[in-house]
Amino acid sequence: MNFEFSSDQMLLRDQARKFLENEESVKKAREVLEGDQTHDESLWRSVVEMGWTATTIPEEFDGLGLGYLELCVIAEELGRSLAPTPFSSSVYLATEALINQGSKEQHQKYLPKLAAGEIVGTLAHTETTNSPSPENLNCELSNNKLNGIKIAVTDGDVANFAVVSAKEGDKVVLGLVDLASKGVEITSQNTLDPSRSHASIKFKDADAEILGSSQDGWVALQEILDHAAVLFAFEQLGGAEACMDMAKEYAMGRFAFGRPIASFQAIKHKIADMYIAVELARSNCYFGAWALSTNAPELATAAATARVSASKAFHECSKENIQTHGGMGFTWEFDCHLYYRRCRQLAANIGSQAVWKNKLISSLERANQI
Amino acid sequence: MDFNDTPEETKFRKEASDWLSANAKLKDDEEAGNYPGMGEDDALTLAKKWAAKLYDSGWACLHWPKEYGGRGSTPIERVIWGQEASKYRIPGGFFEIGQGMAGPVLMMYANEEQKKRYLPPMAKGEEVWCQLFSEPGAGSDLAGLKTKSVLEGDTWTINGQKIWTSGAHYSDYGILVTRSDSSAQKHKGLTYFFLDMKSPGVEVRPIKQISGGANFNEVYFTDVKIPDEQRLGSVGDGWKVALTTLMNERLAVGDASGPDFQEAFNLACSHDLNGDLAIKDGSVRDKLADWYCQSSGLKYTKYRNISALSRGETPGPQASITKIVSGNKLQEIANFGMDIMDAAGIVRPESADAEQTMYQMGFFGAAGIRIAGGTDEILRNIISEQVLGLPQDMRADKGIPFNEIPSSNKK
Ligand SMILES: Cc1cc2nc3c(=O)[nH]c(=O)nc-3n(C[C@H](O)[C@H](O)[C@H](O)COP(=O)(O)OP(=O)(O)OC[C@H]3O[C@@H](n4cnc5c(N)ncnc54)[C@H](O)[C@@H]3O)c2cc1C
Ligand SMILES: Cc1cc2nc3c(=O)[nH]c(=O)nc-3n(C[C@H](O)[C@H](O)[C@H](O)COP(=O)(O)OP(=O)(O)OC[C@H]3O[C@@H](n4cnc5c(N)ncnc54)[C@H](O)[C@@H]3O)c2cc1C
Repeated sequence: MNFEFSSDQMLLRDQARKFLENEESVKKAREVLEGDQTHDESLWRSVVEMGWTATTIPEEFDGLGLGYLELCVIAEELGRSLAPTPFSSSVYLATEALINQGSKEQHQKYLPKLAAGEIVGTLAHTETTNSPSPENLNCELSNNKLNGIKIAVTDGDVANFAVVSAKEGDKVVLGLVDLASKGVEITSQNTLDPSRSHASIKFKDADAEILGSSQDGWVALQEILDHAAVLFAFEQLGGAEACMDMAKEYAMGRFAFGRPIASFQAIKHKIADMYIAVELARSNCYFGAWALSTNAPELATAAATARVSASKAFHECSKENIQTHGGMGFTWEFDCHLYYRRCRQLAANIGSQAVWKNKLISSLERANQI
Repeated sequence: MDFNDTPEETKFRKEASDWLSANAKLKDDEEAGNYPGMGEDDALTLAKKWAAKLYDSGWACLHWPKEYGGRGSTPIERVIWGQEASKYRIPGGFFEIGQGMAGPVLMMYANEEQKKRYLPPMAKGEEVWCQLFSEPGAGSDLAGLKTKSVLEGDTWTINGQKIWTSGAHYSDYGILVTRSDSSAQKHKGLTYFFLDMKSPGVEVRPIKQISGGANFNEVYFTDVKIPDEQRLGSVGDGWKVALTTLMNERLAVGDASGPDFQEAFNLACSHDLNGDLAIKDGSVRDKLADWYCQSSGLKYTKYRNISALSRGETPGPQASITKIVSGNKLQEIANFGMDIMDAAGIVRPESADAEQTMYQMGFFGAAGIRIAGGTDEILRNIISEQVLGLPQDMRADKGIPFNEIPSSNKK
């Protein structure tokens, strides 16, 4: 058994961590949060130059043809450093959707440009404050024309194209839409985490093509989300561990009652609980990575497990990190809130904890033939 | 990243599973029979029979050297054996303290003659061992123990009391920590021995536990004589030997045994709640998902530790998370299981294989697991201090002679 990343993959993780530290990724996240930019373009360019956007794209489409394990270690570091780039939308969602569901022509058309970072893609799924389902989707796609409104689309105002969920009659389909085309109206939306940009998108008779074959779009979407969930979970894991490390460092240096607050059990045990949550999440993420990289039958279960576990760990660590910082944790100046915000953003972007817990139990019902 | 065995491991796994399938019954085999309701005497007889069978076939204490009754296996082989054996219904619960804790300590500190004398019968399950560490005034704070040892010539005389000693009533031998010098600092005046539980002056009194059973005991020592050659480690060095024991204890404790995710899931799939199957209920699904993530997290943490082991690294105190997580999970699942059975969940059933039994056992068992072998709080201290490097607690017992330290009856 070798349930660990290879030494090359660990080297890649170290390089990614150093690179993002040198780039001052966290500081850039704060600048995006405070400023008007949608993302940090120079960081995004550097990430593209590192080849990370090309990681899993096959070589025939100008990608690196590496496995998912490489992408997982990169995701962990992007999460740790709050990287303010459209990486997750473009790579975990749009690129994965195309690789796994797209037709030959669609591969040709999009993948080389995605690999080179010449275009950015995203997924547009949410429509209202109701959790999306095949029943309540309102966007309509017929005769290659899309109508309806999507909201809270991460990187909706950065992306060049979007994978859009819609109804075609009673059937759910996934459409591919060029966001610069006629009939597409994009409005930036403010969210709890302005270090990542979001937008609402209105489609009025916009041109759309169906992603891939005509198979059930809802099923295809779940497959896309399962893939993405593992990668997002690694970002969440990186964020959670960063919070644990911040809490530890602050607690060692902060004195109260004549001693470091790290010597109070209330704080020690809090940080021990963060450690437990992070370790469980890490182990579940590794299982997710294995399932993703081998396309194992357990993928749906493993992805949901990684997602639920990592969401929980990030929530736990980001809130208790603020708590450990006392009054300082409640200030704009300290970075605690950047992680608290990102945690919420990542917890929301591909479906809530309740949705993923339900997916997890449903996958186990299938596995147990219930 | 893979779960694949190497060719040698494949071969070993097959050997293990062939032997097991020829000699034991799978857990889900209907004819496997049920142990929970079995009386202690019968269970011990059965466990001894099984242990002897393992020993005779060369499957006892795998990682021990052959000359002491083991198989000389690698750590990975031991893990593979554990994985295969866990599929079978195997009697146990009597030899963990001996084989898991006393054995390794003897291996390190006993003389050759003693190792040859005591280790093989321990491996064979012929002689059962217990751990005489905790005292009424010294549990988490083990180094606060007071049982007194005095050396005269080459014989020690022991006076005092131990408590919570699991299995003392059926044990043949025990490992014992005592205070040989109460004017030395707390951790410096301890001395460690092993002794025959039938020595004159040893009195074992059972303590009734919350479950109604009596697996642990008070053990009184009145002028008990122990020859100096049964001392393990130097005089005054007992703390170091005790720490070795506790480290092995942490490695030996695995998952809290009892109903886990799969049992809770099966129960929810077969019981009604609010007019439908319980598994349809959102709050049930929510809880099940949490437990699945915890079980899975522990399982793959173990796999990560095994991988570290196979790279030649020693797994550290990280293993502490297993007991905290699985003990608390068991307590929640036990309550959940009874809740699902509604008012009938608390009825003590007539038969041992009734559906309530394992949840009721877990209900009491989990409460003990969270205390025994290091409480949840002590384990969180270990994680924060030894894994994360946070400062030790402020202590009121450092640098002063033991007999000047405040205690429960001397404030
Ligand atoms: C929204 C807000 C409004 C405020 N308004 C006012 C105000 O109007 N006037 C005013 O004077 N102050 C105000 N404060 C300050 C507030 O009272 C302090 O922030 C609070 O007492 C904590 O102190 P600290 O920030 O120095 O954190 P610290 O004391 O450094 O605490 C940091 C962490 O260590 C823990 N900790 C500290 N000591 C111990 C211990 N002995 N045992 C266990 N854990 C410990 C804390 O619980 C915390 O988690 C306000 C704070 C906030 C957040
Ligand atoms: C089922 C069972 C089997 C056992 N078997 C054996 C055995 O075979 N041999 C043996 O020697 N012992 C055995 N024990 C004893 C066990 O090791 C002790 O019960 C345990 O170490 C706790 O000690 P205590 O009971 O004295 O509780 P205490 O140490 O008095 O603890 C009481 C409470 O205070 C908390 N506490 C204590 N110190 C601290 C601290 N520094 N920081 C925070 N909280 C603290 C504890 O966590 C606990 O919640 C067994 C116990 C049980 C329940």
